[in-house]
Amino acid sequence: MLTILFDGIAYGMLLFIIAVGLAITLGLMNFINLAHGAFAMAGGYITVVLMNRYGVSFYLCLPIAFLAMAVVGVVLERTLYRRLYSASHLDQVLFSVGLVFMSVAAVQYFMGGQQQLIHLPPELSGRTEIFGIGVGRYRLFITIVCAVLVVALQLALTKTRFGSQLRAAVDDGRVARGLGINVSTVFALTFAAGSGLAGLGGAMGAEILGLDPNFPLKFMVYFLIVVTVGGTSTITGPFLAALLLGIADVAGKYYVPEIGAFVIYAVMVIMLVLRPHGLFAREGGR
Amino acid sequence: MTVIGETTAAVSSTGPEHVAATQLRRRNAWRAYEIVLWLVAIALIFMLPSKALLLTEIAILALFAVSLDLVLGYAGIVSLGHGAFFGLGAYVAGLFAMHFFPEPVTGLLVAGLVSGLLGFVTSFLVLRGSDLTRLMTTLGIALMLAELANQMAWLTGGADGLSGFTVGPILGLFEFDLWGRTGYIYSLVVLFLATWAARRIVNSPFGLSLKAVQGNRVRAAMVGVPAKSRIVVIYTIAAVYAGFAGALLTQTTSFVSPDVLAFHRSADVLLVLVLGGVGYLYGGIIGAIIFTLLRDWFSVITPQYWMFWIGLVLVIIVMVGRENITRWHTFLPAPIQRALARAANWRPGPKIGGGQ
Repeated sequence: MLTILFDGIAYGMLLFIIAVGLAITLGLMNFINLAHGAFAMAGGYITVVLMNRYGVSFYLCLPIAFLAMAVVGVVLERTLYRRLYSASHLDQVLFSVGLVFMSVAAVQYFMGGQQQLIHLPPELSGRTEIFGIGVGRYRLFITIVCAVLVVALQLALTKTRFGSQLRAAVDDGRVARGLGINVSTVFALTFAAGSGLAGLGGAMGAEILGLDPNFPLKFMVYFLIVVTVGGTSTITGPFLAALLLGIADVAGKYYVPEIGAFVIYAVMVIMLVLRPHGLFAREGGR
Repeated sequence: MTVIGETTAAVSSTGPEHVAATQLRRRNAWRAYEIVLWLVAIALIFMLPSKALLLTEIAILALFAVSLDLVLGYAGIVSLGHGAFFGLGAYVAGLFAMHFFPEPVTGLLVAGLVSGLLGFVTSFLVLRGSDLTRLMTTLGIALMLAELANQMAWLTGGADGLSGFTVGPILGLFEFDLWGRTGYIYSLVVLFLATWAARRIVNSPFGLSLKAVQGNRVRAAMVGVPAKSRIVVIYTIAAVYAGFAGALLTQTTSFVSPDVLAFHRSADVLLVLVLGGVGYLYGGIIGAIIFTLLRDWFSVITPQYWMFWIGLVLVIIVMVGRENITRWHTFLPAPIQRALARAANWRPGPKIGGGQ
């Protein structure tokens, strides 16, 4: 029981790390980016290739995945995404679905359609007993890393100069520009950070979520749920939503495997009808 | 519709209702390009009998895209879950043929009715919220249906799909043949009737009020257009159409795969519509032709990876700009443009003013 709860928390943390970048693009820049899962998938594949072909250590792979995806993110943002910030939502959806299709087929071409496996370092595999609860070590690792990231993100957003610039740019881009904040650079850096986090999440999630070419399509709706249910104005909203989703998904699949996913979609639809701006939406926000 | 029915509205009179009626009647007149399109479609029955299966596929996809056009082009709702109605129609048609009555036209109507019912119920969910919430709601409904179809294996056959039913002759007269010729004619007739009805709908005062709702919901409400009920009605009609398309697929292939509810169907149909152009009904049909030919062509070059090229097409379309794609003809030299417009918009009956 508690093990399931813990697995759910680890799963939710992972979802949050991947989806937080989406929360930024969606909430802050009002850009519907369905291709976010593709960044996570790319991060996962980078890890797989580095580990299995070149024998790079797992711990080294994580920052590499983060950096690589951040660079890819910034390049895509500068060349493609930024042109669509002011485009209609339909255009954004079409564009990002196109990117998803391309990434799925490209990965299938280069890596094949099978599930990719990574071999975790020995100290991360297996289980340990903590206070009498059996806890997977790898899940513990994920939980700790993600918790640190959540705190760091929250601090970065509220305490640093960049954080306040970002919040200013989001609240009113024109006024922020008038105050001398380089909004476009702020957005580009934020986009890079979001993509990088997706890559990191994908790298860590390869073991738990599974990694195959259909990853972006399979998990697209999960990331979107995290963001829409959590609202996009805070970090804590998506975080709580991700934890809830993770626990509900793991518990649902364990106890009622027949209807597990169905319940999640149903709850999401009902929730969206009742609270179209998310469970934890800030009143009066844009 | 009574306003359109009036044939006596004098062109010279200046009352606003006369202007509107004249305008609607002009929009409702058949254009040359439409007539040519349908004639070609009929001629293909005889000219390309070996390609009947591909043509059937185009006709079904076209009907599905016309349905999405009603939602997207006329009500302005971005839907990522339009496949839900398509898939439901497909399953209902299959189950109906299996358990009740194998005659296809009845099955088609039943499938449309059930899909329409789902459309009516879910239409209340898309009334609220932003584009994103609507996107998620429609996507969520489609995913729920897909999950249901997958889990209720005793009814739907689960992941193996629904098979083992036979579709009887159409109206008890026309047997489906192995080469798909009957199937093509059947699909074409349904597509034609549905498009004809859709033309009447969008070129009626109701259709005009929909355009007003799409343009600005608040202002439409100010001039007395009940936006919500308009959206409910058009969403339901579109769901019926999608149900028809799904039923056609089932009846012409005698098989329902769980793939009918997959996400890529909803995404594909968006691409189809965007290829052909949103908001004039024929976009769906033209898009379906382009899409199916493209896919055929891509899958000949790279059998497994045609998805990549479809994705690339999407990205390019957005980068070039959808409006530039649909007005490609404006980049031609002016005299050719004028000639094209004259030819395409030619219609019988008295001429009023210049060509539109």
